[in-house]
Amino acid sequence: MIVGERKPLQEILENLKPYKKICVMGCGTCVTVCLTGGEKEAQETAAAVSLQRKRAGDEAQVTTKTILRQCEYEYIDEITAEVADCDVILSLACGVGVQTMVERMPDKMVLPGLNTTFFGYPVQQGVWLENCLGCGNCVLDKTMGICPIARCTKSMLNGPCGGSADGKCEISKEVDCGWQLIYERLLKLGRLDAMTAVEPPKDWSSSHHGGPRKMVREDVKLNDSRQS
Amino acid sequence: MTVGNLKKVLDSGAFAVTGELGPPKSAEGDFIRHHAEHLRGSVDAYNLTDNQTAIVRTSSIACGKILVDMGLDPIIQITCRDRNRIAIQSDVLGAVALGIKNILCLQGDHQSFGNEPGSKGVYDLDSTQLLKVLKDMRDEGIFAGGEKLEAPIDIFIGAVANPFADPFEYRIARLAKKIEAGAQFIQTQAIFDMERFERWMEGIRKLGLHKKVPILAGVIPIKSLGAARYMKNNVSGIIVPDELIDRLKGAKDKKEEGLKICVETIQQVQKIEGVAGVHIMAIAWEEIVPEIVERAGLLPRPTFS
Repeated sequence: MIVGERKPLQEILENLKPYKKICVMGCGTCVTVCLTGGEKEAQETAAAVSLQRKRAGDEAQVTTKTILRQCEYEYIDEITAEVADCDVILSLACGVGVQTMVERMPDKMVLPGLNTTFFGYPVQQGVWLENCLGCGNCVLDKTMGICPIARCTKSMLNGPCGGSADGKCEISKEVDCGWQLIYERLLKLGRLDAMTAVEPPKDWSSSHHGGPRKMVREDVKLNDSRQS
Repeated sequence: MTVGNLKKVLDSGAFAVTGELGPPKSAEGDFIRHHAEHLRGSVDAYNLTDNQTAIVRTSSIACGKILVDMGLDPIIQITCRDRNRIAIQSDVLGAVALGIKNILCLQGDHQSFGNEPGSKGVYDLDSTQLLKVLKDMRDEGIFAGGEKLEAPIDIFIGAVANPFADPFEYRIARLAKKIEAGAQFIQTQAIFDMERFERWMEGIRKLGLHKKVPILAGVIPIKSLGAARYMKNNVSGIIVPDELIDRLKGAKDKKEEGLKICVETIQQVQKIEGVAGVHIMAIAWEEIVPEIVERAGLLPRPTFS
């Protein structure tokens, strides 16, 4: 999932200052699951903004709305009429959601309420971990399911650097060494030979380094009015 | 093409001595000249660190040129942290054009350790890939992207090895991989845990790696108890055993004891089969290197007509 963290309330209040009619919009998918931008968080944020504005003697009309996915036109289209009246939407979706909303409602001011942090998963209740960078050329087959691009701080492809100690990365004792994890997995699977071959330089052009990416699937494209 | 002093010493079979020089956080060329001059005659080649611990300093290649002009043999360190393959290959060509012969390939300490913690880490290549890229530039005459160099280059390619990093069992295979990628000489992380270093060398000998490339054992002279404690607790990839801390604690003259430990370490590694030399990293204590080399009985250094 895409993981996000809510921006500090002070930053949100500062950004919302010029606006009187505010809609805090939650997103019902990734950020709901990571407990930062769903319906509940939208209501909490709206209450906090409303209270602070009242205290500052600058009352605002704050409403909330949550749609299943801010990153798809069909869900945005369902609420455009409903939000037509507000001055600003504070989106609690990831950066994808914010930009899709702007794309679909170009006349509407949409501001981000979250910092989009990473692609990851919940390791345990309340703890999320990054494990994919979306590099566009998956190497999980070579490392048996643990990503050296995302899990190694230096995205190394030929084993751990000299800073790996006691299973931890040199940057922090809180961060596992990705290559220690890969080593242990390969050892368990009897596949340590995979760490002896020299892995050539990676072609980063499949990642963002090749420019903003786009995927086109001719086989599923529609040629009717729904393509806008 | 002429051979650098380091390669000559290693080829001669003499026990080699290299020393490390840290470029300054200024543009004072005299700083490097002064330290290099002080080490002249005590070491065979001079490592110039590449923004060590991610702290901005004068470029290693610029300092290397200063040493070349002094008639000394620099070893330029290149990390993968700050430059992509375009910049690194360009810098290597520039270094060779300036008369630099030795290049040591490292991954590089993470940028969060230094004075620009908000900088973007590059890590386009990793250290093993860097070795292979340099080897291909020299042996195949091609750049990483496959295009041909317009004229051949000659470089002596070095790699680092850390017997004290984990997973220990993999550290021997990792060196084999670096040699396969292109390493022609090796400098190790500083040794304080001799038992572990000996175990690592045993593994190296088992694979015959010491016969493929000369291995220079790394040492750091410890100046104070505080420095030893700092390394033990804060420098990843270095193991400082408690016994060493206790020994320093018990000593009246900590500096003298630190020196003794360093000299003893050099004498111990000299006896280990497969150790071809020593690499002295006396960063911020460069002036002590001649004394260490002398007390270790490694003077005079070999000369070649």
